Amino acid sequence: MQKLTQLFTSFKQFLLLDILKGMSITFANMFRKKFTLMYPFEATPISPRFRGEHALRRYPNGEERCIACKLCEAVCPAQAITIEAEPRNDGSRRTTRYDIDMVKCIYCGLCEEACPVDAIVEGPNMDFSATDRKTLLYTKEKLLTNGDKLEPTLAQRLQRDGKYR
Amino acid sequence: MDFLTQYLGLITLDNITYVALTLFYVLLIALPLLGAVAYLTYAERKIIGWMQLRHGPLYTGLWGLGQPIADAVKLMFKETTIPLESNKIIYILAPMMVLVPALISWAVIPFDNTWVLADVNLGVMYLLAVSSLGVYGILMAGWASNSKYPFLGAVRSGAQMVSYEIALGMCVMCVILLAGTMNMSGIVTAQTKLWNFIPLFPIFIAFIISILAETNRAPFDLPEAEAELVAGYNVEYGSMPFAMFFLGEYANMILMSAFTVVLFLGGWLPPFDVALFNAVPGLVWFAAKIALVLFIFLWTRATFPRFRYDQLMRLGWKILLPFTLIWFVGQALVMKLMETM
Repeated sequence: MQKLTQLFTSFKQFLLLDILKGMSITFANMFRKKFTLMYPFEATPISPRFRGEHALRRYPNGEERCIACKLCEAVCPAQAITIEAEPRNDGSRRTTRYDIDMVKCIYCGLCEEACPVDAIVEGPNMDFSATDRKTLLYTKEKLLTNGDKLEPTLAQRLQRDGKYR
Repeated sequence: MDFLTQYLGLITLDNITYVALTLFYVLLIALPLLGAVAYLTYAERKIIGWMQLRHGPLYTGLWGLGQPIADAVKLMFKETTIPLESNKIIYILAPMMVLVPALISWAVIPFDNTWVLADVNLGVMYLLAVSSLGVYGILMAGWASNSKYPFLGAVRSGAQMVSYEIALGMCVMCVILLAGTMNMSGIVTAQTKLWNFIPLFPIFIAFIISILAETNRAPFDLPEAEAELVAGYNVEYGSMPFAMFFLGEYANMILMSAFTVVLFLGGWLPPFDVALFNAVPGLVWFAAKIALVLFIFLWTRATFPRFRYDQLMRLGWKILLPFTLIWFVGQALVMKLMETM
């Protein structure tokens, strides 16, 4: 009986049925939709939790959110954030300096999580590489401009991810 | 002195025109062939890409059509390096030894009725003899590089090409038996009624498998097995010598496809004897059939993983060789019986 099955298997191998099956799969694949995403021309889908370039947000009335509590500075494992603060003329506490060294930053997202007022966030942008160090030392102005530019997206991302936080 | 005058006597106008015309024909075959090699690499990257749900080259020129040219230019501008420990003469000679047989074999391939450079009676023999010279180039490359991976690749390749040549030869014998001639054009004209691949279908398949192994193509690409041997016999090569290996390999692929077309797929003959099909020039049919066989080459590469060395040897010696041998004897018997009846 075993001899018979052996004979049958070798006969089947001679007919190259499995080979044909394999080749038909690759042939059919030739006409299927291609999986490649043409990256610079096509956007990759990005999760609302994606940790990209930082941004400082404002309230709808234009007031900046950051209250200079320095929690982000304290939690930052790479010590990339530098904050200096003093009371403003109207008595509210605001930052005078908010620097992020993007070269040091490890994009862990802890600053975002530490922030009590959702001021510092990591946005969806990932194309901000530069050929010199200087451009990657972000100042408060740069971060605020980032926030202003991306505010609709940032708010939407926070809202989408909010229920899981 | 007599000797010299005898040879000088050969320089006549007729002879000079003959040589010039032959040289012109050689160029007419060789240059389009090199272009075909370039675009075969493009077709390979495209087709294998599609089969793996990728796009293949896209950006160099329209649909990436400039890619092979860009590759060639890049290779030409690279520096030719010669390893310090290598045997320099053989090292330089080896790529030529691969490329030249792949080119000179085309002398006996009939492109159309009477369109053949050398219509020799033993065309099939010539082709088999010359194409097996290619293995020397690979062995020389592996030996002269004086490095372990090329050496292993060359040894494997030598063993592989020699083993599969026997099965290949047996397949060719079956065709010769059927056609009754060793002249390539004769084999084609013998297929006017019925192409050989129909009565000899199992031999056709065995032949395809053998030429895959003979040209070191996947799934029999053990000589270059990039995973274990990095690139096999051509590890130490770069720039134009590497390009010559590459050209040789691909020219050999096209040559073997042409050989398949002549032996099994009716050469320049149209598939059906219809006026519309007969109107198309034979060269077009020939090229189309070569493209079809080349597609099989690429298709198998996209489909199958590489054989293990012992499996390769087993397939060659224990399956293909006995099978083709038995078929050959059986075919001879049947033909003799039909003759006497």
